[in-house]
Amino acid sequence: MTIFGFRLPGMSSLLLWGLVWEIVGRLGITFFVPPLSAVFATLFEIIGTPAFLKALSETAYAFGVGVTAAIAIGVPTGILMGRSRLLDELLLPWVNIFLSAPLTALVPVLMVLFGFGMTSIIITTALFAIWIIILNARAGVMQINRSLVEMARCFGASPLAAFTKIYFWSALPEILSGVRIGVIRAVKGVIIGQLLISIVGFGALFELYSANFLMTHFWAVLIVLFAMAFSISELLAYLERRVSYYAAKR
Amino acid sequence: MPSRSFLLKMLSLAIVFGAWEIAGRVPVSYAFPTFLESMRALALLAIDGTLFTAYAETLRPLALGVLISAILGIALGLWIGLSARFDWLFSPIFVVMQSAPLAALIPLLVMAYGIGLTSKVFVVCIMAMPVIVLNTASAVRNTPSSLTEMARSFLGSRLDVILKVIIPAASPVIFSGLRLGISAGFIGAILSELKITPTGVGDIITYSRSIADYASMYAAIFSIILLAVLFLNLLEKLELHLFRGNNRGYVTD
Amino acid sequence: MSQTRAAPRSTVPLAADIAVRTRDVSKHYGTVEALRNLSLDFPRGQLTSLLGPSGCGKTTLLKIIAGLIPATSGQIEVSGKTVTGPGPDRAFVFQDFALLPWASVLRNVAFGLELRGVARSEREAIAEKYIRDVGLAGFETSYPHQLSGGMRQRVGLARALSVNAEVLLMDEPFSAVDEQTRRKFQEDLLALVANENKTFIFVTHSIEEAVYVSDQIAILLPRPSRVSEVIRPTGIRDKGADNIRRDPEYLDIVDRIWASLRSYVE
Ligand SMILES: Nc1ncnc2c1ncn2[C@@H]1O[C@H](COP(=O)(O)OP(=O)(O)O)[C@@H](O)[C@H]1O
Ligand SMILES: [Mg+2]
Repeated sequence: MTIFGFRLPGMSSLLLWGLVWEIVGRLGITFFVPPLSAVFATLFEIIGTPAFLKALSETAYAFGVGVTAAIAIGVPTGILMGRSRLLDELLLPWVNIFLSAPLTALVPVLMVLFGFGMTSIIITTALFAIWIIILNARAGVMQINRSLVEMARCFGASPLAAFTKIYFWSALPEILSGVRIGVIRAVKGVIIGQLLISIVGFGALFELYSANFLMTHFWAVLIVLFAMAFSISELLAYLERRVSYYAAKR
Repeated sequence: MPSRSFLLKMLSLAIVFGAWEIAGRVPVSYAFPTFLESMRALALLAIDGTLFTAYAETLRPLALGVLISAILGIALGLWIGLSARFDWLFSPIFVVMQSAPLAALIPLLVMAYGIGLTSKVFVVCIMAMPVIVLNTASAVRNTPSSLTEMARSFLGSRLDVILKVIIPAASPVIFSGLRLGISAGFIGAILSELKITPTGVGDIITYSRSIADYASMYAAIFSIILLAVLFLNLLEKLELHLFRGNNRGYVTD
Repeated sequence: MSQTRAAPRSTVPLAADIAVRTRDVSKHYGTVEALRNLSLDFPRGQLTSLLGPSGCGKTTLLKIIAGLIPATSGQIEVSGKTVTGPGPDRAFVFQDFALLPWASVLRNVAFGLELRGVARSEREAIAEKYIRDVGLAGFETSYPHQLSGGMRQRVGLARALSVNAEVLLMDEPFSAVDEQTRRKFQEDLLALVANENKTFIFVTHSIEEAVYVSDQIAILLPRPSRVSEVIRPTGIRDKGADNIRRDPEYLDIVDRIWASLRSYVE
């Protein structure tokens, strides 16, 4: 939007909303919305505390392991599905099912199988991320320009060279976009996992705060979480744009 | 004769359920019933009616939440897509919501609205709304400019352009946003039954876990996933049917 | 269709017979100067082509005449009235057809009338007539995606004709159809100009097409955008559709235009 010929940057309205929040908080309309300034004051207070750092590191650990596993398993699976019709027809129905299934329902199963701990949260995270990664890697391989592959054959490329020089790079924009969406889902997965298995990470912190009605603490943690999730998603979108400049030109 | 792809689908089902059965017989874990045991439990739940009363309970916040999100979300999305000012004001909220782990709001909602229906409807709404709003807004924004120019050149009023061109042109994407919203709503509905208070299917899951009746627990989970997947697939089919050819009409060939 | 002309159209018209007149029209898109002080007259009942390399502002000029975008400065008059926006005296035929994919051929053709508030039975009767005229009888209930590119453009043409505007604005209407269809279209267009007594403003980047169909050709050049030349291929106009392409004058004019345009093609 432009005001007096000056273009306002994209997310600048959040400042306005922050102001609204502050006013609502100051007016004391509801106990659940403390002033934003108080939330930020608390944020700086708790950000260095051991409890917060522990929650953060546990979450980061579960998230990191889960996402790594999802990528390490998902990308090769997707590429194989794109290359082999039989494998594709066997696996695709399941990928589609789990892509749209409410995976929260599986968390209780993970809890009884893997215990109320880190393992279950890591698996939840990976389960949220993996399906879209598979699907996009598959789509990336399937859209590869046939004439590009034929060109490589004409110039005598070995299968391995064809894979590393053509398939991987051609499919990269799709793979990355799958990873981006997968990571965003993983963020939600790791939090859902922690909420349901609420003795680890932020899940435990939320229990503590809500049991003691510490509203500013609660909001402070929420803001940190949302800001981190948003930054991760923007960072990945930026990386994706850097790589996929050629995607449209294939 | 059934087609190759149908046969492969059946084969795929047989492999997975077969593996489940074998893993349950080994057993890989004391909490891992076989496929057949789970299906028997599902049949029992269905026969004594528990399953259906549970679904009536579970689907209520889901339906309410989705309905509210659809009405509010589409209206907001249209507004955002049509007005640059609204876009500036509201888009960032939904963009942040889209990437944020909104489940973290649940403890807060419970504090504010208690453990009843309201909280659950709220959970479904915050999960379903962002994708509905953002899809609607971007569909409106991406209406082919030649179509709006056409309507303007034939003297269409602003309202005409919106009602007769922009909304119909956007409806396939709005519909798929709705489908994604419902998918997210399912996640929210189940999450709230597991986290807030065990009711409906969430109650079957939690209760049978507590008495170590794992077959019933797996059966309930199996049924809710099956229901969600079938329903969403049905919507997708409907979408393909309703908007057949919609995206091809104005490309040149 | 008959190729005869009601009256000899190819003489320089009187001032009163100017249907559309642009005076010193300029258009800037930010820092891009799309048109600079462009003045051009479009005689009534004739077909004027705007010919030039892509990016020289043909579409921009056409949309300004249509009232879809405002000029930065200058004036457009249609039958003496200054243009301030879209009006009932002008109808547009779009390069990409601009058909509603969710509407049948009948509704698409009647859409212009629908927007003008014409009652349903009336507008459908009119639309049916024009659907027949453009040769699409029997396709009333089809949808755009079921038609070929050429048929889609006939729908676009029927829609523009059905509102009975004096001036028809056509932005590269035949560029998205195959060569055979395109030739048929060109012949039909000649007949249309002869029979409909409308003013046609026709954008094209094909030299042959411009010479074949036009009473007057305005050659537009970029950097800065301007009308470099106005050519009236008078001698070939009454030769009949089948003979034009063999006429020496036709070939001469094509050559001459190419000579003046070639330096702008990189
Ligand atoms: N909406 C727009 N914004 C900015 N520049 C534009 C826009 N439309 C056209 N232009 C520029 O104006 C010039 C003329 O464009 P156009 O009228 O489409 O040319 P033509 O139809 O002759 O190919 C081009 O340089 C084009 O890049
Ligand atoms: Mg153009």
